[in-house]
Amino acid sequence: MSLNSKIPPGPLAQKWSRHKSDLIKLVNPANKRKFDILVVGSGLAGASAAATLAELGYKVKCFCFQDSSRRAHSIAAQGGINAAKNYRNDGDSVTRLFNDTIKGGDFRAREANVHRLAEVSVNIIDQCVAQGVPFAREYGGLLDNRSFGGAQVSRTFYARGQTGQQLLIGAYQALSRQIGLGNVKMFPRTEMLDVVVLNGHAKGIVTRDLVSGKIESHAGDAVILATGGYGNVYNLSTYARGSNATATWRAHRKGAYFANPCYTQIHPTCIPVSGEYQSKLTLMSESLRNDGRVWVPKKKEDCGKDPRSIAEEDRDYYLERKYPSYGNLAPRDISSRAAKQVCDEGRGVGETGLGVYLDFSDAINRLGQKVVAQRYGNLFDMYHEITHENAYDIPMRIYPAIHYTMGGLWVDYNLMSNLPGLFVLGEANFSDHGANRLGASALMQGLADGYFVIPYTIGDYLATTKEGKPKTDNSEFKKAETDVADGIKRLLNTNGKRTVADFHKQLGKIMWDYAGMARTKEGLQKALQEIPALHEEFKKDLKLTGGNEEINQSLENAGRVDDFFELGQLLCLDALVREESCGGHFRSEYQTEDGEALRNDEQFAYAAAWQYNSGKTPELHKEAIVYEETKMATRSYK
Amino acid sequence: MNVKLKVWRQKNTQAPGEFKEYEAKDVNPNMSFLEMMDVVNNEITVKGEEPVAFDHDCREGICGMCSCVINGEPHGPEYKVATCQTYMRSFQDGETITVEPFRAKPFPVLRDLVVDRGAFDRIIQAGGFVSVSTGGAPDANALPVSKQKSDLAFDAAACIGCGACVAACKNGSAMLFVSAKVSHLALLPQGQPERYRRVKAMVDQMDKEGFGSCTNTYACEAACPKAISASNIARMNRDYAVALLLNDDMPETSGE
Ligand SMILES: Cc1cc2nc3c(=O)[nH]c(=O)nc-3n(C[C@H](O)[C@H](O)[C@H](O)COP(=O)(O)OP(=O)(O)OC[C@H]3O[C@@H](n4cnc5c(N)ncnc54)[C@H](O)[C@@H]3O)c2cc1C
Ligand code: FES
Repeated sequence: MSLNSKIPPGPLAQKWSRHKSDLIKLVNPANKRKFDILVVGSGLAGASAAATLAELGYKVKCFCFQDSSRRAHSIAAQGGINAAKNYRNDGDSVTRLFNDTIKGGDFRAREANVHRLAEVSVNIIDQCVAQGVPFAREYGGLLDNRSFGGAQVSRTFYARGQTGQQLLIGAYQALSRQIGLGNVKMFPRTEMLDVVVLNGHAKGIVTRDLVSGKIESHAGDAVILATGGYGNVYNLSTYARGSNATATWRAHRKGAYFANPCYTQIHPTCIPVSGEYQSKLTLMSESLRNDGRVWVPKKKEDCGKDPRSIAEEDRDYYLERKYPSYGNLAPRDISSRAAKQVCDEGRGVGETGLGVYLDFSDAINRLGQKVVAQRYGNLFDMYHEITHENAYDIPMRIYPAIHYTMGGLWVDYNLMSNLPGLFVLGEANFSDHGANRLGASALMQGLADGYFVIPYTIGDYLATTKEGKPKTDNSEFKKAETDVADGIKRLLNTNGKRTVADFHKQLGKIMWDYAGMARTKEGLQKALQEIPALHEEFKKDLKLTGGNEEINQSLENAGRVDDFFELGQLLCLDALVREESCGGHFRSEYQTEDGEALRNDEQFAYAAAWQYNSGKTPELHKEAIVYEETKMATRSYK
Repeated sequence: MNVKLKVWRQKNTQAPGEFKEYEAKDVNPNMSFLEMMDVVNNEITVKGEEPVAFDHDCREGICGMCSCVINGEPHGPEYKVATCQTYMRSFQDGETITVEPFRAKPFPVLRDLVVDRGAFDRIIQAGGFVSVSTGGAPDANALPVSKQKSDLAFDAAACIGCGACVAACKNGSAMLFVSAKVSHLALLPQGQPERYRRVKAMVDQMDKEGFGSCTNTYACEAACPKAISASNIARMNRDYAVALLLNDDMPETSGE
């Protein structure tokens, strides 16, 4: 199957408006209620899509695995959301936001999608304010902005440190209104376990009720996946514990292409792992690096000492040493890799040796504790809550952690996967962030997709397709139900000795060691041997207790980890094949003399869309990244 | 450190429940309470028994999913944190820790520590929103909002919908939860057009769900991980009184 990205013709800045007005077919309002749409996921992307489609008159069913649609992982986003409002009069524009995002993505994102994203960004803020989202305001009553990485203008809208929460509650309320009106039927504590494909079109899903264990089919005219990212393939990450890739992976197994899985983002300032028992990593705002100095001891033997007792000349302020111009504010990927390097040399600090100091003593001496507290007080409190250490007195310990995944299911300009009728929104798709996502742009993309893109583009499919809605007693549904039930039985009957958590930890370690911050051919090849071997062991030695017809959280996790084994392999394969460094994908073999990522546009300016090949080596389809108006350049923030 | 756990075990809503004891040995005080539970669950599973079911997701105090009563207190001993932000250093070596689900009639236990809080969603569905459909919103800065009002609205909107307020209240009242949403929207200009029909619809649904009444003990405020203020309840009561006079109802809902 060839990949058709369906990018509309015409000048970049007019593509979306022309597409909307001339090129896509509309569904007659009276007909909308005849269409059933299944939305899997109720995060920013899913909730905004479900609410908006229901407002338009479609019949919507929405699914999430949490006990309420309000709890999706989007709720944890802290920093903010970008929009080209130019409220600051600092020269921002749709073009500038577009340029920043394309450059931020290291010239691996699709130009037309990113331009559309920048265009609709302004509508998002209007919509959210109308819903009552309490964004930060100035005394004059107008909206406040802050600056974020990768931008020279102040365009980030925020709601204290809880932007994701407030945006999600806004979308949740819009969704709740439609549920109350009977236009959306919500299925919380329900997990999608398969997509049903009929005549090549996605026409339904199979779900498991996480309370009763009941396996059920839902038929629809279209299926939308808005199921989030796959960062938990690394086990430890800043994601919510439950985030998983089962929905996208099972769609992949049914024929949907998975694109650019190796594009993963690592955030440099997270609270380090404190022990084997660790279940998740907490993000500390990057803004701390404005005043904190990063260092480790010069000598290994000093690593166990009280940092305050280590003399100035025995400290290695390695970021300042290696990157004199940027110092502690070196970009995310560079800072992350530098931290790994010093820890690999055995100079890491803290109980596990995987940590570096972020020291505020200079700032406190210079500005006084009061000023530092005003700037970062809430972060120091959070740090104290988790580590029980007072960072005013002793340096913080930080370490990079997996934070976001740019890869995902391949979609065309209409956000439809290569399987007609299957749409993918939010972090679950691949199209807008290229090889690296800029801060405050994931929230923007999720809401753009849900509020302003899918409501138009889905109509084009529905208005033109000849495939009707099947009934769930169709044999394909029955077969999918049986497959799902058999899969669950297989997991429950394994009768081995090791728990799911145990396997997930081991998989995470392999991923982190070989496909984490810096990747090499040898490492990736090793991972590609170790992961399948561990997967085989999982199949033989997994221990689950309890049954299917009840709440069984280990069973839920087992299914998700089972999928992570396969996804992890694809990620490593993708990373192996991509013999260049770009954005979040850093291959140690491909770097400049001063350690910067070395892109290879001649050979690798393509999106890698992988086709599942039932257990055999997946097939690679390339979508060339063609820029009509942008010039590819070396990303430099010096 | 070592601790003993007395954990509520209940197979499903219909089954009777009971406390069972477990031991957690060599606990690192820097572990979170839920990480300690993970370790215990791992051991339980290896022994061939069924692990303790508990709700959780973000593990950083924002999703509102975790919901345990620890030593008699919803979300445990520390002030202004959720269960997932409770660390083992808050307990004594050798202590026996009692762990139960949030208990309230409208929150049936589904299994062990997992309860059904669907009633909260139904209250929001009855009216906890501004009826604006996507598209056509005016420019965001067309409507200035005083910073003070906006900050107050934010304080109320910070509610994570966990239900600790209900579990803490001897009457099982949901007034803090409902009033937080009522206040968030009543304080903003966007919420004015539906202000009174909203409060009426939400309070009516709250009553229908079987939540108890408020007798002003403020146990809810003390248990709230986000320190939502009980002054929201007074605001809601005032608005509700006005709503009764105005008699302006929300459109019929399907009762989903
Ligand atoms: C700590 C942290 C801070 C962040 N801060 C920012 C920030 O400041 N700015 C920014 O722009 N971005 C930020 N991000 C990134 C951003 O939050 C996410 O990328 C974004 O919220 C993802 O939204 P989503 O709707 O695509 O998916 P999610 O919010 O992950 O939602 C997924 C939904 O799918 C459902 N689901 C998944 N699988 C299934 C299944 N099999 N069956 C049924 N339902 C399923 C889930 O229940 C959930 O409802 C941050 C991320 C983290 C981890
Ligand atoms: S797990 Fe999210 S608030 Fe506790």
